[in-house]
Parts: sequence; C-alpha cells; structure tokens
Amino acid sequence: MKRLSLLLLGGIAVVAVAACGGGPPPQPVTPQQNVDSIAQAEKRRQDSIDAEAAAARAREEEERRRQQRIADSLAALGKTTEAVRTMLATMIHFDYDKSNIRPDDAGALDQKVGILQANANLRIRISGHCDERGSDEYNLALGNRRATAAKQYLVSHGIDAGRVETVSYGEERPLAQGHDESAWAQNRRDEFEIIAGGDALRQP
Amino acid sequence: MTPVRRLDGWTVRGCVAAALLTFYPSSRLVAQDTSAIDRGVRIGIIYRPGVRPGLVVLPGTTPALDSARAIIARDLDYSDRFELITLPGGDSIRFSGAAPSSRVGRPPTGGGAAAGLNYPLYQALGADFAVGVALAGDTTVLAVHDITAGGVRREFRAVLPALKDPGFRMAVHRLADHVLEATLGTGGIAATRILFVMDGKVYVIDQDGTDRQLVSSSDHQAMSPAWAQDGRRFAYMEFWAGHGQLFIQPLGSGKRQPVVTTGQALDFTPAFSPDGKTLAFSRATEEGTDIYTVNVKDNCCLQRLTVGRFSDNLSPTYSPDGQRVAFVSTRPGLPQIYVMAADGTDQQLFAPFDYGVTGSSNAPDWSPDGQSVAFHRDVGGTLQVFVLDVRTRAVRQLTSLGRNEDPTWAPDSRHLAFVSDRSGYRQLWIIDLETGRIRPLLQQSGARLPAWSPRIPETASSTP
Repeated sequence: MKRLSLLLLGGIAVVAVAACGGGPPPQPVTPQQNVDSIAQAEKRRQDSIDAEAAAARAREEEERRRQQRIADSLAALGKTTEAVRTMLATMIHFDYDKSNIRPDDAGALDQKVGILQANANLRIRISGHCDERGSDEYNLALGNRRATAAKQYLVSHGIDAGRVETVSYGEERPLAQGHDESAWAQNRRDEFEIIAGGDALRQP
Repeated sequence: MTPVRRLDGWTVRGCVAAALLTFYPSSRLVAQDTSAIDRGVRIGIIYRPGVRPGLVVLPGTTPALDSARAIIARDLDYSDRFELITLPGGDSIRFSGAAPSSRVGRPPTGGGAAAGLNYPLYQALGADFAVGVALAGDTTVLAVHDITAGGVRREFRAVLPALKDPGFRMAVHRLADHVLEATLGTGGIAATRILFVMDGKVYVIDQDGTDRQLVSSSDHQAMSPAWAQDGRRFAYMEFWAGHGQLFIQPLGSGKRQPVVTTGQALDFTPAFSPDGKTLAFSRATEEGTDIYTVNVKDNCCLQRLTVGRFSDNLSPTYSPDGQRVAFVSTRPGLPQIYVMAADGTDQQLFAPFDYGVTGSSNAPDWSPDGQSVAFHRDVGGTLQVFVLDVRTRAVRQLTSLGRNEDPTWAPDSRHLAFVSDRSGYRQLWIIDLETGRIRPLLQQSGARLPAWSPRIPETASSTP
C-alpha cells in the first residue's frame, strides 16, 4: 500500500513533467496588464490634476464671484449713496422776492427729511440764492430768508436744528447766466450741500 | 482884484435865478442858498444851472506841465461848475510862467497884463477866470486869474511828484480842487477816488476814470466797499465758508484787518460812523437780518441796533453828524428807507411811499452835507435812483433811462456815482444833480457797488 502510494505519487509527477515539457511558451500577460494600469494610473493622475484644476478654477470663479458680489454690493451701496445724494441735492425754487416754500417743493423737502432721518450722522448746509433783478445787498438778506425757510421746514418735521446750517449768497453765484425769466427762475433757489456724514448714505 | 465889481456883475443874474427858484420845487437848492448866506460866502457867486462862470485853462510848456494842465482842465470840466473855454490856437495867448525856458522859475505876478496875459481876449471869449500852471524851480505854481479884475486872485504852490510817479495825478487833482476854492469858495471833488466791485474783487479808481487799481487780492468773493471819513481806510465784506467776514484796509498798504466779532455769521454792508470809531453793518442769521455796530477803534463792544423778528433791517448809512442812521427795513412788507438815532432808538419811516404802489427801495447813502439821502427804488420792474430831501422828506426821481442803482455821493453832495445799464451793459456813471450832466466813470461791464471817497488827504495819496 505504501508502495502503491509512492508509485501513484511518482506517476503524477511523471505526468506533470510530461505536461511541462510540451507545447508553445505561454503568452506573457503581465506586461499587458502593466500598460493598462500605468495608463489608468496616468489617467487617474490626469483626472486628479484636472479635478484639481477644475477645483482651482471653481475656487477662482468663486473668488471672482465673491469679489464681484463685494463690488456689486459696494456699487449698490455707492449707487444708493449716489441716489440719496442726488435726492438730497435737489434744489427748491422761489417766486420773485419771496421766501415762502412753494407747494410743489414740499415733496422734495419731505424726501430730505426722510434722508436726514435715515442717516443720523448726516449734516447739511442750505444756501439761499436770488436772481439778478433785486438789489445786490438786499438779496443777501433775501437769500438768507430763503435758506432759513427751508431749514425751518426740516426742523418743523423733526430734524435737529443743529444738523442744518444756512448761508446766503444773494445773487452772487448764479446758476444760469441768462437775463430772462427762465434764467431768473433757475437762480431763485436753495441749494443743499452735505457738510458731514455723507460717505455712505441709506435710503430713507 | 475887485470883488465888489464881480459881485455886481453876478448879483443881477443871481437875483433872476433866485426869483426863478421861488417857484422851483426843489428845496435842496434853496437850502443851499441859505447856507451860503449863513456862512457869509459871496452870495453873488453861487452856481446856477445854465449860469456857469467861464474859465480858460492856459497851456503848459513842459510835458509835465502840460499833463498837469490837461488833468486840471478835465477836473474843472468834471466839476460841472464852469464853462470851459478852449483858446484858439496861436502864440498870441501865452501865460508868462509857461513861456520859454528863460522865464521858467519866475513866479507869476499879479500883473497879468504885464506878464503877457491877454485878459481882454479871455473876457471876449466869455471867461471869468483863467488858470495857469508854471514852474518855479521844483515848485509848480498854480495861478488863478480873475479876468474881470485883471489880476491873479490866488496862487498855490506844490512840489509835484515826477510825471511817472504814481502820486503825480492825485497831486495835480489837489491843485484842481484849489481852483474851486479860489474861484467859488467851495470844495472840489478832483482829489477823490471811487471804490467798486468787479468780478468779486474790490477796485479803486480816480474820479476822472484813470488809475484803476485792484485793492482786494484775496480769492474770496468781495462786496460792499465803504470809506472811512478820513479817506485813509475802507471796509468791505468777503464770503468766507458761507459767512460774511468784514475787513478794514488802509488805502496805501493793503494790510487789512478782519473786523472783530464778524465772520461768524453773514455780516455785510459795513458803514463807518463819521468819527471812524464805529462800524455799523448788517448781520443775517436765522432770526433774520439786523443792524449791529462794533467799536473798531478798541475792537470791542458789539451792539445790536434793530430787532427785526419778522422783518429784515440792513444797509446802514450815517448822517454826517453821526447822530442818525438811515437804513433799509422790510417792516412794511417790501424794503423801504427808514431812519433811527445812532443808538437804535426812534426808528421811523424816512422816505415816504404809497403802500401797495411804491416798489422796493434800497441802498441808501446819506449825503456829506446831510441834506439828502440817495437810494434806488423799483419802478415798473427796474431800478431808478431817487433822492430824499431830509428836511422836507420830499422824494424825487433822478434817473429814468435803463436800470440805475447803488448811488454814492461825492464829497460835494451834488455828484452821484451809480450803476447803470443805459449804454447796454452795467457800468459806473456819474451824474451832476444840478446840471443833470451824466458821464461814464468806467467803461467796463460788471463794475458795481461804487463808494465815493471823501477828499483824499495828502498823506494817503501814495499808491499801494
């Protein structure tokens, strides 16, 4: 039994040897597999680079957008400030030798009340002006009354008097240079000028 | 010289004029006549419109003398008190002192005929007086000849600055004023200057339209120049950061001083009191515009003269005795001319007006003789110069052609400088109230707010 086992083993071994000795050499498959894996690795690497680049681009885009958003918001703020400034600078006008606020100018003054209320640090100066028809020196007094009339309107609508200065230039600083009613009407005016707190303004 | 003879010659004309004056509505002229009598001045020689003494200004021989002669001739013409007579050409008419060099240095003598003056010719031409300038060494001698009397009435001597010296013209103007003193016994206006504003700066110009100079050199817009009565200083206002700052500046140096307590509000229209110690001005605040005074001698003591509350009070002008102040007040609704005592009491209407009819009245200026206040008033939408008789409170309109405003009295109280657009654009003009003669002072657009000086004292004549 023991010999049979040995024989069996030997036979198996012969068969095995016989099998090894015959037929063509096997195709090398491993190199094939290596090329693929390199390519794959290369691709993966490339992909990861691309991904990285894309991420960078995305980050850049995000940064750009962020900057844009900041710029936009600044612009929007500036636009708001600019819009508020324009509103504030809207002049009001007067009849000849008069200093009473005309009904059609009350809206413009109400807007200024709102702006002053929305921007607590804002301080303004109102300058009163006249047309060239009156007396040169009397016009300083008249311009003073025009500036004061607008200030009184603002104060009577709740604005602290200390936030509004008044000056008069009489007929010394005309806006329109003509010598007709159209020019005179433009020159009989109050101008509104920011003297403090006007860097960033909120809408009323 | 025989004043009696002259007096006779003039009395006839004077009486006719006086008779006419009886029916003449202007009390101004009558008042002037009275004062002449009061002062004991020759009553026969009083100026009458249309009756002006003839006057010959003799030619000079050297360039400086001839320039002086030309300046004097124009000054005498602008005094509106003489009929200037132009001599026909030729050597036959020669003033001895102005003759060839051999005679230079010889002062003119009383013997006009002996000195080669052709009195009969001047008389034939209608001259009552002749004026000649000559050199005696360094001294210029001005001789005023009385043609009728046939001799020299007065001589004035002055060492004139060199022809190119900036003081030359003013020195000659002074000689011209001497002619008025010698012939009519009255002060002239030749040695005077007029401040005005152009393009936001203050300028000064001689009354004959020459020698214009910039006197405020700051970049700040200036307004409302006003003379001190000593003729050496003036005040004016400048805009400083929305405020009105007042300055006082000597005529010569240009070294101005800000007026204390001014510049914190809108301070404007300064006016010196006649003694020069006080400056009255208008101050615009949120309460309105009111008149204040400040002591500019001791730089102190701000005082408020008016309390307008619902009206504005502005543009003060002192009476020459310093006792009263005329000003503008809007208390009747429109600005009108008011008057008060210099301490602010006794405020009342000065220039009468028809409520609801008369237009705004502004810019009063009290005449140096105290008798009149000139101002301008809105007439049909344009401004005209008016004169208020202080004693009778009668108001008369002086101008009607174009727009006329901001009158300022000459020291003779019969000439006014004012702004008019009668020539198409606004410029400075001078009117003689008694002859109605009007001449342009400065042919330049944009000149305004004139202020006529007192007679300029000799030490203040030097230019900046």
